[in-house]
Amino acid sequence: MMRYLESFAIPVGALLVSLLLFGLFITVAGVNPFDVFASIYRGAFGSWFAWQDTLVRAAPLMLTALCTALPARAGLIVIGGEGAVVVGGFFAALIGIVLNGVFPPFLVILGMMLVAAVAGAVWIGAVGALRHLRGVNETISSLLLNYIAIALLNFFVVGMLKDPATLNKPSTYPIGDANMLGAMGSSSIHWGLGIGIIVCVVLWFLMRRTTFGFGVDVVGGNVRAAQLTGLPVGRLIITACALGGAAAGIAGMIEVAAVHGRANTSLNAGYGYAGILVAFLARHNPLAIIPVAILLGGIRASGGVLQRAHDLPDATTLVMQGIIFVVILASEALYGRLRWLQPKAQPA
Amino acid sequence: MSNDEVGLFGIVFAVLGGAIRVGTPFLFVSLGECLTERSGRINLGLEGNLIMGAMLAYGVSYGSGSPWLGVAAAAGAGAMLGVVHALLCQQARVNDIAVGIALMLFGTGLAFFWGKPFIQPSAPHLPSLSLGAWSDSPALRSALEINVLFIVGVLLAPLLAWFFRNARWGLNVRCVGESTEAAMAMGLNVNRVRLLSTMAGGALAGIGGSFLSLYYPGSWNEGLSSGQGLMAVALVIFARWDPVKCVYASLLFGGAAALGPALQSVGITWGYYLFNAAPYVLTLAIMIATSSAKRRLPGLPGVFSNLK
Repeated sequence: MMRYLESFAIPVGALLVSLLLFGLFITVAGVNPFDVFASIYRGAFGSWFAWQDTLVRAAPLMLTALCTALPARAGLIVIGGEGAVVVGGFFAALIGIVLNGVFPPFLVILGMMLVAAVAGAVWIGAVGALRHLRGVNETISSLLLNYIAIALLNFFVVGMLKDPATLNKPSTYPIGDANMLGAMGSSSIHWGLGIGIIVCVVLWFLMRRTTFGFGVDVVGGNVRAAQLTGLPVGRLIITACALGGAAAGIAGMIEVAAVHGRANTSLNAGYGYAGILVAFLARHNPLAIIPVAILLGGIRASGGVLQRAHDLPDATTLVMQGIIFVVILASEALYGRLRWLQPKAQPA
Repeated sequence: MSNDEVGLFGIVFAVLGGAIRVGTPFLFVSLGECLTERSGRINLGLEGNLIMGAMLAYGVSYGSGSPWLGVAAAAGAGAMLGVVHALLCQQARVNDIAVGIALMLFGTGLAFFWGKPFIQPSAPHLPSLSLGAWSDSPALRSALEINVLFIVGVLLAPLLAWFFRNARWGLNVRCVGESTEAAMAMGLNVNRVRLLSTMAGGALAGIGGSFLSLYYPGSWNEGLSSGQGLMAVALVIFARWDPVKCVYASLLFGGAAALGPALQSVGITWGYYLFNAAPYVLTLAIMIATSSAKRRLPGLPGVFSNLK
């Protein structure tokens, strides 16, 4: 177990340090930090109601985090999750509208999920392909694609696909109540959470227990070495990107099929950007993404409570996420430096 | 003059004026990013500097009555975020791109947190020069209503180019950006040069933000920036790390961004949202056309050659 001590102790320590810094920030803002922490806990995990809100928010975060984590394993920093969510959600809605009533709901949902995954995979796969074939910086291209996706969504949502009944918030026609992802059991948590967890586990197995995943890790560790050993570098990079994009595309489908019932600008609500933070916190490990996404979903869910109980702006949770992100990245410098966390040398 | 001609000229003037108005924040962030990248670091967090600068400039201008004090405050805040970026990145194994994303989130959060009270009140704006006063055409006059900050930025670009070419400090920055080993062999303090470059670059991005809130669009709200700070990195690649080309790149982007509103102003509303994508599609197309998987980009600072 000693082998894992460092990769567990340092993120947890960093999390505690960021809570301390956030507490200082809150004190400077003139609010008692202990009250605020208590409120965050209450708003995130304090009741079954809070838990449900947290888990519903965690579901898309798991999937968008994969969109950064998988390419990161191949050495690419992709920040295009937001665009993949939008594209996936848009195509899911399109399929839902077309197939509504034609096929039984089960097939419609499956079709929406498949099409959303393919759309996201093409969207982010293109980022990997551009990087490999043309040397285009993947961070910038994926960012540009976010804005392009949002513009396309706006174009269709106010244009040819607009449901005239939606006045305040232009949206597409609904996909039909029968085709919505229902709740799990008697809770108000929709099946998106189940899908998110399954995708994380499957991709963890793929990345950590198969030769494909090992190949991606080699490419991420040292491209030259990967080329010299004859690994298909381009294919590995593009596949890792496409898988991440597919996950984010499914996140968009979940937002459409479980929350809004139609595609509109709620799709770019920042899940893609928050997913970047989740991926880095989880050190790009698909299995670690699950608890981290729940933690972050909780922080985001507590924004409303902070506003009501302490009159703090809703950006408070944004500040907290920013502090956590900065401290986690700074803690990368500590790996291998803290003697007491290193595994003891095996006696020969 | 027929109606069609008025419409066409209207579009040209609106795009021209828009290029200058929308391009000015692009100009400052790209100059700042250019300076930072020439020293061998990428700061993707300038979006945070921009939004923080916009908020602080507006708040200070509102509180003190002097917009220029606001600009100074924005520069100061941007410089501080730049220092944080530089100090974090000089640690071992800390990735500068990831730190940039983190600081973007942090800066945006801080700006929204403290900026809440400034959403309603109106603050004194930055002055502008009416270079079109000789013309009868109101469209041309409004297009040539040039803000002082734009002129400052345009003058700054050749100054920065001269700095890189002739000044001792500028040569030091380039040396650090070309080869860390060579710079260390020369006895340069690599971390300090990068710290100062990132700090100055961050300050410029803060000034770019002050333009957003104090001139155009000219108010503080949470949807003020549409990724201008993030686009800086793409702009600098497009401008081949040359400050003077940053001016042209910024104007081109400003013009592309102004296309949709310009068409709308003459009554063409079809595809308004599609034209919103114009600057991003343009950047992507240019990056695909000019990048190469094999050779190094001309102008790319040497320390990035292994990243590419």
